[in-house]
Amino acid sequence: MPIIQVNNLSKVFGKNTKAALQLAESGKTKEEILKETGSTVGVNRASFEVEAGEIFVIMGLSGSGKSTLVRLINRLIEPTTGDVFIEGENLAKMDKKELRRVRREKLSMVFQRFGLFPNRTILQNAEYGLEVQGVDKQERAEKAKKSLELVGLGGYLEQYPGQLSGGMQQRVGLARALANDPEVLLMDEAFSALDPLIRKDMQDELLDLQETMKKTILFITHDLDEALRIGDRIALMKDGNIVQIGTPEEILMNPANSYVEKFVEDVDRAKVLTANQIMKRPETINIDKHGPRVALERMREAGLSSIFVVDSKRTLQGIITADAANEARKNEVTNLSEIIQREVPTVEKDTQLHDLFAVIHDSPVPLAVTENGKLLGIIVRGAVIGALAGEGEVNVNA
Amino acid sequence: MLNFMENVESLPVADWVSEFVDLLTDTFAFLFDPIKEGLGNFMDMVTQGLDAIPPVIFIIVIAILAFFMTGKKFGLAIFSIVGLLFIWNQGLWSQLMDTFTLVLTASILCVIIGIPIGILMSKSRIAETIITPILDFMQTMPAFVYLIPAVAFFSIGVVPGIFASLIFATPPTVRFTNLGIRQVSDELVEAADAFGSTGPQKLFKVELPMAKYTIMAGINQTVMLALSMVVIASMIGAPGLGREVLSSLQRAQVGPGFVAGLSIVVLAIIIDRFTQNVYKDRSK
Repeated sequence: MPIIQVNNLSKVFGKNTKAALQLAESGKTKEEILKETGSTVGVNRASFEVEAGEIFVIMGLSGSGKSTLVRLINRLIEPTTGDVFIEGENLAKMDKKELRRVRREKLSMVFQRFGLFPNRTILQNAEYGLEVQGVDKQERAEKAKKSLELVGLGGYLEQYPGQLSGGMQQRVGLARALANDPEVLLMDEAFSALDPLIRKDMQDELLDLQETMKKTILFITHDLDEALRIGDRIALMKDGNIVQIGTPEEILMNPANSYVEKFVEDVDRAKVLTANQIMKRPETINIDKHGPRVALERMREAGLSSIFVVDSKRTLQGIITADAANEARKNEVTNLSEIIQREVPTVEKDTQLHDLFAVIHDSPVPLAVTENGKLLGIIVRGAVIGALAGEGEVNVNA
Repeated sequence: MLNFMENVESLPVADWVSEFVDLLTDTFAFLFDPIKEGLGNFMDMVTQGLDAIPPVIFIIVIAILAFFMTGKKFGLAIFSIVGLLFIWNQGLWSQLMDTFTLVLTASILCVIIGIPIGILMSKSRIAETIITPILDFMQTMPAFVYLIPAVAFFSIGVVPGIFASLIFATPPTVRFTNLGIRQVSDELVEAADAFGSTGPQKLFKVELPMAKYTIMAGINQTVMLALSMVVIASMIGAPGLGREVLSSLQRAQVGPGFVAGLSIVVLAIIIDRFTQNVYKDRSK
């Protein structure tokens, strides 16, 4: 069961909500609706599901409704229509008391401008969520400390937010959100106020933390690079509508419409795509079973000038060229290990395209893509260029 | 045509108000009398207590407080010593204590009444719409006018003086409390809500602490307005420095009038600096 399930969630700002919703349903644009009814459609019938442990990014430019959408989910903004299920409980239909309980136990939020209380120390800030729950003093201090240590701020307990840099303040924001041990983290442009280098550090750190925490994270951003970097899946928003939901590769390679296409046009694909996304299934021979004859046969069938050699566990052993195999057949060598080239250009499966150039440009043979020594696939030069052009054969399900 | 008002009878507004106040006086006499008695006794007690402190000790205590409140600076401490010694020297010490009691009591009552009303205003648009014009009315109506019903309710003395001061001096506390809470940044309010705070938790843990400097500015205004009522309240028999000013006025004595006025100025400056420093944000 998905942990967050959003069904037909809409928000209209203004008085004439019914009329505005009807117009939105008939496909009118935000401006047309504003002109006709005087109401603004913030979010229009958004539906999506987020699985436990997933980082789901909602991405859009300012005014696209992404911040409204995240606030509809914890009901900081009241939805006009639609449902929000968190672990099967419908937030949109709850009374205040129930809502408070869910906010305390299941949802935590991290804010763009940090939202720290300037009159409270770092520790007191991190304690806030537990404090309003009525957790006793010692226990909440302990939990808050633990969570501050997790983000590397164990030594700043008695400082005030004003004394810390932006990056550190946002760590406090994150620690405060984690102290409650929530199921879901809502992060509203959490890193947008930080300068680029710190932002990248924080993204890495979030990904590291996520490895161990396995929280469900709903991350809002206007920065496509950030979305592609941290998102397991991305929902792209425009004018209150979700225009596409998909993995970073799907969005990059199969844009749903011209808007998304234009959006992803400038993305540096070399930094987004990884080796396993552009590799092909390799032709191989088994060192334990086959000899030069089979190698030559396979190369001819596939039209190759070399072939990769693996053992029965698919661990990469090396490569054999057609010339070497011909030579071996003439000299009646039957054991492949005598003619194998052990030195093969190899990359890990999550190597960025960006880092492939240097390896592939002077390599006479295709690159081997491995994971723990096992051969997963091969990359030829054409695949790299094709992927950069956005047209190559891409294995989106890898 | 231009004189059409000649044919219109004047509305008996004055009569209505008089009747209304009479009605209030009769109806709530059971309330006004105990208030008058209780408050009068309380203030007598405070004044007597203050009078019992030897002026030297009083001045030293004020000077020490001033020193520490202003962040260990000598300015206000020295001013307090010189100013208070001057008032003592002029033989106006007990009047000073009367005035001090009046201002203190009126201010405390203003704050007790004003802050909750300000909170109410900040939480409800309807309350704000209703209360704002009432505050405007309270502040712009000449303060003398309040003396009339004050006397009707509480006869003469210090208690009607307090009543008039209350009406005149409460608005700034109300306004600044409302403003202070409304100025708390949206993100902090959202943060409080997002972590599941109840209304009172949000108010006491986030909004009031964030608004306290603004509220203190309002309280400072309130205290100053209460002090400015001292002379006016003396017209209905409130004792203190105001009465000295009033009697000098009635006898056209420039000198004594100036001395009493100067004493009020000294008190005003000390109180103003004190209230400004109580909650000054030193972290900035």
